[in-house]
Amino acid sequence: MPATMFARPQGLFDQLDAMHRLLSRSLGVEGSPGTIRSVAQGSFPEINVGRTAKSLEVFVFAPGLDASSIDVVVERNVLKVSGERSSAIPRNDNGLQLYANERPEGRFVRAVSLPDDADTGHVEARYKDGILRVSVALVEPAQPKRIAVQ
Amino acid sequence: MSDRNEIANKTASDSAARPVAPAVDIFEDARGITLLADMPGVSRESLDVRLDGDALAVEGRVELQLPEDMQAVWAEVQAPRFRRVFTLSRELDAAHIEANLKDGVLQLRIPKLAQAQARRIEVRAG
Repeated sequence: MPATMFARPQGLFDQLDAMHRLLSRSLGVEGSPGTIRSVAQGSFPEINVGRTAKSLEVFVFAPGLDASSIDVVVERNVLKVSGERSSAIPRNDNGLQLYANERPEGRFVRAVSLPDDADTGHVEARYKDGILRVSVALVEPAQPKRIAVQ
Repeated sequence: MSDRNEIANKTASDSAARPVAPAVDIFEDARGITLLADMPGVSRESLDVRLDGDALAVEGRVELQLPEDMQAVWAEVQAPRFRRVFTLSRELDAAHIEANLKDGVLQLRIPKLAQAQARRIEVRAG
């Protein structure tokens, strides 16, 4: 095996990338408002949240899981997603050479605090192409009510 | 197998649009190399695995059916595209690469050429 081909799986720019990731990790997520449950950038799985008039859409980027092994729990207006990802690297092969092991593995848990108008009775979760999408219905905003002055 | 650096993609000015390098596991056994890449949201249709000379490019677009009136509240994933390029070495059999995409994980199996598989050299005494 020509060792020089494999000695450096990462080039200079990837090292810069890694450094940048490390920096933004220690300094907090740049430019984003900090919520108490936000975690360091680069954590697994990453989460995006969007809002429509009718629902809050939470996208959990968690590839390589079995849908039945993902736990989605809503408790006191906090949405919690947990699960476990096992390593895909065979451990029983002695002749195996590992060049890169960047994919996170093991147990994970992430939490998102839901807004006050979340209807926690109507939550749907689907897993497709490695993304868990949780839709939380929002209750309709109360219509302003005029109170007649006697 | 080493990453090919793409200076054009790494300039600061287009950092917002630049694709993200997917996290990978790469390991080698006697018969070939296996590469696993995390590409959540990439479907078979939006995945592109391309071999150009000895450069193996893996690219995919994150596909989400988003409601039209949706507004982002929080975004840890900021680029809807993955891309990473690897340079294959000569003893690999690029013509017989197998690709498999499941639940957002791409698995590539790159076999070694038959003549490149390890041979044991007998050491003779004397």
